[in-house]
Amino acid sequence: MLGFTIRRILLLLPVFLAVSVVIFLILHLIPGDPVDNLLKVGSSASKRAEIEARYGLDRPLVVQYGIWLGHLLQGDLGTSIVTRRPVAQLIGQALPHSLMLGGLAFLFSAAVGVVLGVLAAAKRDRWPDQAIMGGVLLGSTLPSFWLGLLLILMFSVQLGWFPVSGARGWDSLVLPVLTIGMGGTALVARVTRVAMIEAQGRDFVLLLHAKGMPPGQILLRHVLRHALIPVVTILALRIGWILGGAVTVEFVFARPGLGSTLIKALNQHDYPVVQAALLMLAVAVMLGTLIGDILQALMDPRVRGAMT
Amino acid sequence: MSFSGALQPVRRAMATPKGAVPGLWLVLVIAAAILAPWLTPYDYDIQNLPDSFQPPSMAHWLGTDEFGRDLMTRILYGARTSLSVSGIAIGFSVFAGMVLGAAAGYFGGRLDRAVTIVVDLTWSFPEILVALILVAIIGPGVTGTFAAIAVAYLAQFTRLTRAQIMAIRSETYIEAARSLGAGDGFILFRHLLPNALAPVLVAGMLATGDAIILEATLGFFGLGAQPPTPSWGAMMSSGSGLLFKAPGIIIFPGLAVAITVIAINLFGDALIRALDIKTRLRDA
Repeated sequence: MLGFTIRRILLLLPVFLAVSVVIFLILHLIPGDPVDNLLKVGSSASKRAEIEARYGLDRPLVVQYGIWLGHLLQGDLGTSIVTRRPVAQLIGQALPHSLMLGGLAFLFSAAVGVVLGVLAAAKRDRWPDQAIMGGVLLGSTLPSFWLGLLLILMFSVQLGWFPVSGARGWDSLVLPVLTIGMGGTALVARVTRVAMIEAQGRDFVLLLHAKGMPPGQILLRHVLRHALIPVVTILALRIGWILGGAVTVEFVFARPGLGSTLIKALNQHDYPVVQAALLMLAVAVMLGTLIGDILQALMDPRVRGAMT
Repeated sequence: MSFSGALQPVRRAMATPKGAVPGLWLVLVIAAAILAPWLTPYDYDIQNLPDSFQPPSMAHWLGTDEFGRDLMTRILYGARTSLSVSGIAIGFSVFAGMVLGAAAGYFGGRLDRAVTIVVDLTWSFPEILVALILVAIIGPGVTGTFAAIAVAYLAQFTRLTRAQIMAIRSETYIEAARSLGAGDGFILFRHLLPNALAPVLVAGMLATGDAIILEATLGFFGLGAQPPTPSWGAMMSSGSGLLFKAPGIIIFPGLAVAITVIAINLFGDALIRALDIKTRLRDA
């Protein structure tokens, strides 16, 4: 298991390098001179020289990348053009909020999705199944930012149950988690339903029925266990997507976090912050996928075997 | 595949109620986008402040926004931006994906490895993240949105085409064609691509639904079409500060997005049934 984990981490290194090259290049691909893009309008010549020296902008591109990566690995992400604060500090404040939101949304999708999927499979082709599957179609096709706004309108404005925005107290988490979780829940419910139906047709289920085991016990103790393997696979693959959902939803609910930091910076052309936030999101997605792979290997020995 | 041959599955999908209802909605939305200037007496951008924040009425079916502009008019014109940006960007992405995927799948070797590495790299990240990187490079606006959508979905079509080509490449009739002296180009364009076309086109159709949402999301962030160009996302972006005062500015464009995307998904499902390619889509 340890060998598997180490190999997976080693596989991530080239991915990280490739992503960091792309994100590094943003500064050189945007129209205009990189120095101008890193300075506030009307900055002094000495400030200009300082930026040039820091980024090594007169050196070859490869050397510049080396300098940038070197700073990065030491936790030095530069200074925000707009707020003049160290980017590392901005990101450090935003990260816990995003992780908390993404993590809760992930747990919500997994738990609610499995329950709905099992229910739909148990009542296959009857009204609970049709209702759940209809809800699933809605949940997976509605734009999440719009869903978030509708939830605010209904539960915050009309009913006044939850705060409209911000990040004070646990109740401010309910609507954002629900919004992000909806898409994930839909996916998990659909996969669980199909896997349950498929597993119910297996020979070992027939045998259990023949043995006289109560149907409820067969369903929950045997069929579900068998059906969970594809569910964990899809969850593992989608951890990154649920984190990606946090980007959108933070902005809607005006919550602090990586996503809202990124979008604000994009609108303000604050490139050091844009680069750092994109890189952190990419790393979060990579780590999420890694955790998913490890969980999957823990559950299913066949996966472990395939990797060794 | 001739043009009428390509239309046959569409006709078959439209013949079932499950395909006809979403199909008709899509025809309606596309017609509304094209005919917008003739369908409404209002202009999408002339401000008329005395009429701001009107509730829905006979004169303004969906009411007016903060500048007194007719919301229905703006949604009709918004359909032009949202549908054309998403549709053309996906069309571009499908084309590029088919070229890359076919070349990688057919010729194999180093080319295949290079394409696979790049494609798998973007494939492992959520579309929204890839899109935001593109927007960061190109800058907010229609061009940035276009590039963001085209690149974000490229991996999907390349993978699908590649898998299709690899699956058909070793069929007996390809071997027969080659032994009769057919060249690479002839086999690719006459035999392999036509057979790989249907699943990729259906995937493209389904992706257009996702692209409309992505376009709306970027627009909502203020990174898509810039004012005064109306797009569904941009409309909701300007309405987000007015959620309490005039929820219609958010609700109606969102409904347009939601119904259209659901219609695309349902029609896509009907097409999949009509073409009987479900298993082929899943394999890829």
